[in-house]
Amino acid sequence: MAENTPAISLRGLTKSFGSVTAVSNLDLDIKSGEFFSMLGPSGSGKTTVLRMIAGFELATSGQVFLDGEDVSAKAPFDRNVNTVFQDYALFPHMTVLENVAYGLRVRGVGKAERNAQALEALETVRLGEFGGRKPSELSGGQRQRVALARAIIVKPKVLLLDEPLGALDLKLREQMQIELKELQRELAITFIFVTHDQEEALTLSDRIAVFNQGKIEQIGTPRELYEHPKTPFVAGFVGTTNIFEADEAKSLFGKSIKASIRPERVEIVKGKSSNTHMGRVIEAIYVGSATRVHIKLDAGPKITALVQSGSTVDESWHRDQEVQVALNEKDLVVLETK
Amino acid sequence: MRLSRSAKFVLAALSIATLAFIYLPLGVVVINSFNASKNMSWPPQNFTLHWWQVASQSSGMLSALATSVVVATASAAVALLLGTLLALAMSRYKFFGKQPVSLMVILPIALPGIVTGIALNNAFRTLLGIKLTIVTLIVAHATFCIVTVYNNALARLNRMNRNMEEASADLGAGIWTTFRLVTLPQMASALVAGALLAFALSFDEIIVTTFTAGGGVETLPIWILNNMFRPGKAPIVDVVAVVVVLISVLPIFFAQRLTAAEKSS
Repeated sequence: MAENTPAISLRGLTKSFGSVTAVSNLDLDIKSGEFFSMLGPSGSGKTTVLRMIAGFELATSGQVFLDGEDVSAKAPFDRNVNTVFQDYALFPHMTVLENVAYGLRVRGVGKAERNAQALEALETVRLGEFGGRKPSELSGGQRQRVALARAIIVKPKVLLLDEPLGALDLKLREQMQIELKELQRELAITFIFVTHDQEEALTLSDRIAVFNQGKIEQIGTPRELYEHPKTPFVAGFVGTTNIFEADEAKSLFGKSIKASIRPERVEIVKGKSSNTHMGRVIEAIYVGSATRVHIKLDAGPKITALVQSGSTVDESWHRDQEVQVALNEKDLVVLETK
Repeated sequence: MRLSRSAKFVLAALSIATLAFIYLPLGVVVINSFNASKNMSWPPQNFTLHWWQVASQSSGMLSALATSVVVATASAAVALLLGTLLALAMSRYKFFGKQPVSLMVILPIALPGIVTGIALNNAFRTLLGIKLTIVTLIVAHATFCIVTVYNNALARLNRMNRNMEEASADLGAGIWTTFRLVTLPQMASALVAGALLAFALSFDEIIVTTFTAGGGVETLPIWILNNMFRPGKAPIVDVVAVVVVLISVLPIFFAQRLTAAEKSS
């Protein structure tokens, strides 16, 4: 196996359900050891791609390569990938230890040996004490960790995670994000993480593929996607942004292009200069660390500025207050128009 | 919904009256099985275990009891196998004619026993040319026993998380291993409950039985029917009736406990 063989390669992958095309002609390479996220709104095809990699769905056409080997026609139990399900799918009639040992049990590993390994896996996720309990006696976060332990015990090449944090509350979710990242570093296996939460994807991933309507809009590092979104969809889905149509951009920058600028790059300034525009405050929303100021520019477009709390221009804005807004052309990101 | 005191009182009284109407006659049968009077004079003057002793030595009754147990066990077993397979097919696969098949499986429980009985009698003797035996009786009972197993199994399968079977396959288990280790254990209590109900259904069945049992095959309900009006047999029939009630009620009691335990967990 060559050093740079991708862990997962998808070639021309297409999945149709009746007349609906869920995934259309997808090409994707995921590097070995990468934390890769598939980000998109529900119905964008990301989960279907995950299920095709796992083998729960067979592709209508196209191929799935695992470590260079074509596994397109193989059943889930013949693929060296494992899944952590959104609802965990723990076996309710088995104890936590039996759940974790399951993958070894069906491989014919003896009871003493598999229980020892299962205990070790449970300790990895800090649940060593809980082996004797039933899944119904655990909290959501603990079940999540059992599902992780159960999947990693069989040492998969790739771990697939289908919105695994979706059912947890915010605090727990943030804690699990850190743990997931640590676990991935520790195990050094490829993680493919499906989520609709852009913040989660940005926090965790080495690279992200943004899905829309069964296709990948853009692949890149979190920074690339945030700083240089290529399409209006990516600009709007990853973070919040101001998007200008060509005529609006012309009135502000003198260029007839579709473009976006992030709210934190929009400055409210005291004095008037060549790159400032006059506007009136529509609404100011204080969010603690910053204030989101919605402004109607005299030139026409509406724009949102994010002003950090404590900055020199920070104040309690009121409706219809006149403000000067500075827009720097270097912060402008040109978007592709289709 | 809040009810006024008087409404509560009326509802309680009606409920008690209804239950009393059902269970008092049964109580009379139970008491009569201990009634010392030979012609069942009421109220009983003295109590005795004599009739229970006589009944326990009646070879005709004992052989009928054995026949009933064999028939009920066998038809419950057939129903268990077919009902489970059918429920699996219905819940896991799409196929042509799925809805009609489902209806046709459930229908026998609603069909009048006399119609089923005559139809099966005809089918066995005329169409298939088989002699009526205990086997034809078991087959006949199985036709309506399947329903209880099928309904229980299907309800459980539909409530079960499909991801669990995928998780099992994902972890390396083949189809059969997944069924044995994941699907079946979770269906088990529903299947036992269904089989117990099937047993009870078969055990006290009489109409279909009269049309499909071979000569010399006598189940307990048939024995009761044949002996009810014979002189001096009434007290023994009461004893047997109590036994039949017990054997029919116990499986239903356990089946209910099983389903209740499953829901609370």
